[in-house]
Amino acid sequence: MQPFVTVKGPAAPLMQANVDTDVIIRIERLTAGADLGHYALEALRYLPDGRPNPDCVLNEPRFVGAPILLAGRNFGCGSSREGAVTALMGMGLRCVIAPSFGDIFYSNCFQNGMLPVVLPERDVERLATLACKGDVTVDLGAGVVVTPDGDEISFVIDRLRREALLDGLDDIGLTLKWADDIAIWQRADRAMRPWVWKTQGEDRI
Amino acid sequence: MARTLFEKIWDAHVIRDLGDRWALLHIDRHLLHDLSGPPALTEIARRGLTVRNPELVFATPDHAVSSRPGRDAKTFGLGGHLYDALKAGSQAAHIRFFDLGEEGQGIVHVMGPELGLVLPGVTLICGDSHTCTNGGLGALAFGVGQSESAHALATQTLRQQKPRLMRIRFEGEMGRGVAPKDLILHLIGKLGAAAGSGYAIEYAGSAIRGMPVEGRLTICNLSVELGAKYGLIAPDEKTFDWLEGRRFAPQGAESHAALDNWRELYSDEDAVFDRDEVIDVASISPTVSWGTSPEQVMPIDGIIPDPAIVVDPEERKARRAALDYMGLEAGQRIAGTKVDWVFIGSCANSRITDLREAAILARGRHVAAGVTAWVVPGSETVKRQAEAEGLDRIFLDAGFEWREPGCSICVAANGERVPTGARAVSTSNRNFVGRQGPGARTHLASPAMAVAAAVAGVLIDARRM
Ligand code: SF4
Repeated sequence: MQPFVTVKGPAAPLMQANVDTDVIIRIERLTAGADLGHYALEALRYLPDGRPNPDCVLNEPRFVGAPILLAGRNFGCGSSREGAVTALMGMGLRCVIAPSFGDIFYSNCFQNGMLPVVLPERDVERLATLACKGDVTVDLGAGVVVTPDGDEISFVIDRLRREALLDGLDDIGLTLKWADDIAIWQRADRAMRPWVWKTQGEDRI
Repeated sequence: MARTLFEKIWDAHVIRDLGDRWALLHIDRHLLHDLSGPPALTEIARRGLTVRNPELVFATPDHAVSSRPGRDAKTFGLGGHLYDALKAGSQAAHIRFFDLGEEGQGIVHVMGPELGLVLPGVTLICGDSHTCTNGGLGALAFGVGQSESAHALATQTLRQQKPRLMRIRFEGEMGRGVAPKDLILHLIGKLGAAAGSGYAIEYAGSAIRGMPVEGRLTICNLSVELGAKYGLIAPDEKTFDWLEGRRFAPQGAESHAALDNWRELYSDEDAVFDRDEVIDVASISPTVSWGTSPEQVMPIDGIIPDPAIVVDPEERKARRAALDYMGLEAGQRIAGTKVDWVFIGSCANSRITDLREAAILARGRHVAAGVTAWVVPGSETVKRQAEAEGLDRIFLDAGFEWREPGCSICVAANGERVPTGARAVSTSNRNFVGRQGPGARTHLASPAMAVAAAVAGVLIDARRM
């Protein structure tokens, strides 16, 4: 996984609530194996005829390719599709700042080296009003967001997730080191709940 | 110490405590479908890893297969690749694959419970957010992304952080013509689509205890529309009876041991929840969504709410945009709004009981001119059962299409979509912008309300039929 340490750049303000994963990436783009970055947030970024929507903030020249997104509450609600995270990353994003996130989307971010930052609504709104003034810095090591006018807003990320992201750790590799613990647990469970393990035979009647 | 149902199941699956409420949890059941399964299987193969416990993993195609009568895996070409990948990947890893036309195929969250693969007290994951459906049987079930799915394939475990706990008690007697779907839509409207974020939700109360298992699955299904990754309901004698004799459910002497274990699965009297809510169900009417978020719902006999009354400017803007997209006007009655499409299906409402309820209303009536109405059974087993009961004839005679099991136009991943600008009444769970096809307008409702709309050609209170 790509590590995340610090990111500095424009922060695009997309201040609407409940931006769901169907809006972030349409399922048909996933089945078709399309260029996800191109189709990220397509209902907002493009007009029905495929031309860029001039009213969409993400199409303003200073925000095209921005590494940071400022969003409304419950960003990424909806489905578990991990393509929602990779599509946003395909647009150039590395960090989304919002008052809250869909739970599964939030977990999926960490699996892909994207940092979701939860800040109080009023702080996200303040960042949004400053967005045109200059770059925002997100520093995971220090746990702060630095506004264009130099103020620092601290944020909290759970310790395990923070360490994994800073180091770009591989979860599967780490867990496989505990294969013995897993085997011991499973052996005990087979004795305790045998019915959970008898799945090979629907034909076992 | 007093514990909640959630904590009892969680604690029983901790292999290692990782601190800060994190744990390495054993995963007892892992379901794969054609969209999220192939990338997880590919990731495992790419890394040269093997599937640790294939006997605990089950696969079936549902999202990207056509629902056209007489379909096969290639009827929808793009889905054909995913089907092939899921089938080949499953076979290579010795994972049981339930193929098209075989009992066991269907929407993962319909086939899992119906086969008895989902049992009280198990942990269960799937690369799908509606995995929370399975909590209706008292399982700790949650949706994951493909990376976590790959992790579980390789290790049969996941690292998870314990969520906060919320209890929702639905108390009282449901009115005539009110369905479980109405209860959960009403709840989401009341608490908001982000209320469950960070929580596991336990549903309790007299209305839940009085409800059949299928209704409980519907309630838990929409937990994720409330923002929660988990929804669950304490299993009871109804649950145990419902499971008895199912293909993968414990049998004989083993079922006694299982029952002893399952009867311990409830929240202790003085267990503590981080949030507790009570909903009086007697006051709930048949409910429909008017907007593009599942929190934008209203009683069928109500007036479409005016965004102008909302104080928060962002929220006001969002509501205006939703009305705009939906082609609706504030201040109007929602009943009487013309409908073009009706979809009865999805993991929210495609079980046999849903189809029976729909058929009762459809019998002897006819779909209105200009309305396209589909019934898509949730699984091959549901389909066969419905046909054995003659429900397919009732629907066909009434002018509905009777289709093959799968997700179909719930998510429009299989080439089937509601046309741009068309208005659909759907028994599914998501009314997001473009969910059922670009520009499609979705109203979420119960099966009875969907049939009523199909017959009347407009949104209408099913109690008036
Ligand atoms: S029926 Fe709809 S909500 Fe359910 S799993 Fe399929 S696509 Fe998802």
